[in-house]
Amino acid sequence: MHAAIDPTIINLTVFVLAVFVGYHVIWNVTPALHTPLMSVTNAISSVIIVGALLAAGAEQVDFGSIIGAVAVGLAAVNVFGGFLVTQRMLEMFKKKERPSEKR
Amino acid sequence: MSANHVALLYLIASVLFILALKGLSHPETARRGNMFGIVGMVIAVLTTLALTKSVALIIAGIVVGGAIGAMVARRVEMTQMPELVAAMHSLVGMAAVLIAVAVVNNPSAFNIPDPMPRGNRLELFIGTFVGAITFSGSVIAFGKLAGLGKKFRLFSSAPVVFKGQHMLNLVLALVMIAFGIAFFMAGPEGQWFPFGVMTAIAFVLGVLIIIPIGGADMPVVISMLNSYSGWAAAGIGFSLNNTMLIIAGSLVGSSGAILSYIMCKAMNRSFFSVIMGGFGAAEGAAAQGGEQKSVRSGSAEDAAFLMSNAESVVIVPGYGLAVARAQHAVKEMAQKLTEKGVNVRYAIHPVAGRMPGHMNVLLAEAEVPYDQVFEMEDINSEFGNTDVVLVLGANDVVNPLAEQPGSPIYGMPILQTHKARTVLVNKRSMASGYAGLDNPLFYMDKTMMIFGDAKKVVEDIVKAL
Repeated sequence: MHAAIDPTIINLTVFVLAVFVGYHVIWNVTPALHTPLMSVTNAISSVIIVGALLAAGAEQVDFGSIIGAVAVGLAAVNVFGGFLVTQRMLEMFKKKERPSEKR
Repeated sequence: MSANHVALLYLIASVLFILALKGLSHPETARRGNMFGIVGMVIAVLTTLALTKSVALIIAGIVVGGAIGAMVARRVEMTQMPELVAAMHSLVGMAAVLIAVAVVNNPSAFNIPDPMPRGNRLELFIGTFVGAITFSGSVIAFGKLAGLGKKFRLFSSAPVVFKGQHMLNLVLALVMIAFGIAFFMAGPEGQWFPFGVMTAIAFVLGVLIIIPIGGADMPVVISMLNSYSGWAAAGIGFSLNNTMLIIAGSLVGSSGAILSYIMCKAMNRSFFSVIMGGFGAAEGAAAQGGEQKSVRSGSAEDAAFLMSNAESVVIVPGYGLAVARAQHAVKEMAQKLTEKGVNVRYAIHPVAGRMPGHMNVLLAEAEVPYDQVFEMEDINSEFGNTDVVLVLGANDVVNPLAEQPGSPIYGMPILQTHKARTVLVNKRSMASGYAGLDNPLFYMDKTMMIFGDAKKVVEDIVKAL
């Protein structure tokens, strides 16, 4: 190869591999936890907040940084809400002590 | 911090996100998985913060958004999870659109050359329209799930259909793509017009795509929008050359796609027919006709007697149970039966709630141990040697017509409750389910109907035990 690889190609490679990883990991999720799966994926896709941070963190306050700040706010609702509600649900799935084990 | 350091930290965050999902393979490892996810998010945010020049607006956004999110997460009822998830999808979609606007406004803030290269424009176009569709589609889904249909027809849980609907959607989609291409070809001047029109059409399309889909198909819709929100994030990741965002987005995208597939399969519907919508429009029509058949009905006391004398009881909860908020009463009943030496188990159909896994969460909330809760495949073979089955607020998922060739729901996987020795069915009335079909299970000799509100009936059973 002579020239450097176009970043889009690298992105595409990452994308395809990540879809495969996702496919295999998700099929292993127990159906009982599909609702927590949805809330945690919501939180994870809110990592889009990093894009909003770059826009909001510009040197001077202008149209772009204000739009960015709104996006930070929206994504932050999801990051906090998503992880916390998932945690709350998973607490409910804790193994309980069962005193009446004898049949 | 050099670009390489940033990329490596992002890689760590990506791996932590994968571990978060991997943890969900078992309830025991799931909480640790969630912690991995949180740590990954903290790493991602702190790393990015090191690249920013001022933090005032960021802190404002995080404090306000975070406080709202934390409050909602604490207060939400478990029955409201579908609405909450739909609302959260819409936020991801909107955030994607806003970030795209910021990129078009000033690419250099994102380390993208100004004027923006064609490749980034194409990726931005995809991220934006998927984000916009996710936003408005999720708003409609939220309204349908939250039952706002009485106030606004747009949110009606019955499908909203009109003539030429699919044609209109197709034309709009083509126009949207045309403006997307115009944005792709445009220079820094004159790029806002096509970008704006394209985004506006995408918002309208999101609404039009979801309104024809009826309440029964909500589990598919909500999974589908989950998937879209992931692809939108991945699209933005492409245009920002951010591999972490691409990885996180693809994980979420494939997760939603797999859940949609599982839901469609559980309802024996093709994904395409769900998307085309209109299902459930003629509710109750098919239930008419045929001779008046007689059912045997009994009281809560009869049910209590039958169950306490049984060796094994399987409880089949449906959405009616959640609506009546009867989970806790059911748990109490199961406990009393267990004390009498009865083997009590729960059987859950994949579409028992209004979103994947909803019923499991509702039972877990009522402190039902998860090892008493069985998925359809695991318990279907057991019905043959079960003494009593108690069906609470479920209908289509226990309809034996699904095993009869020629019936409209033929092929749909069901819980084979009709194989049990005695079947108790609690319903409010003889009304048919979402599919608008009569249910032969109710007329079998071994079936006893107990009419009334699920919570009231279960509480009466508890008293009689």
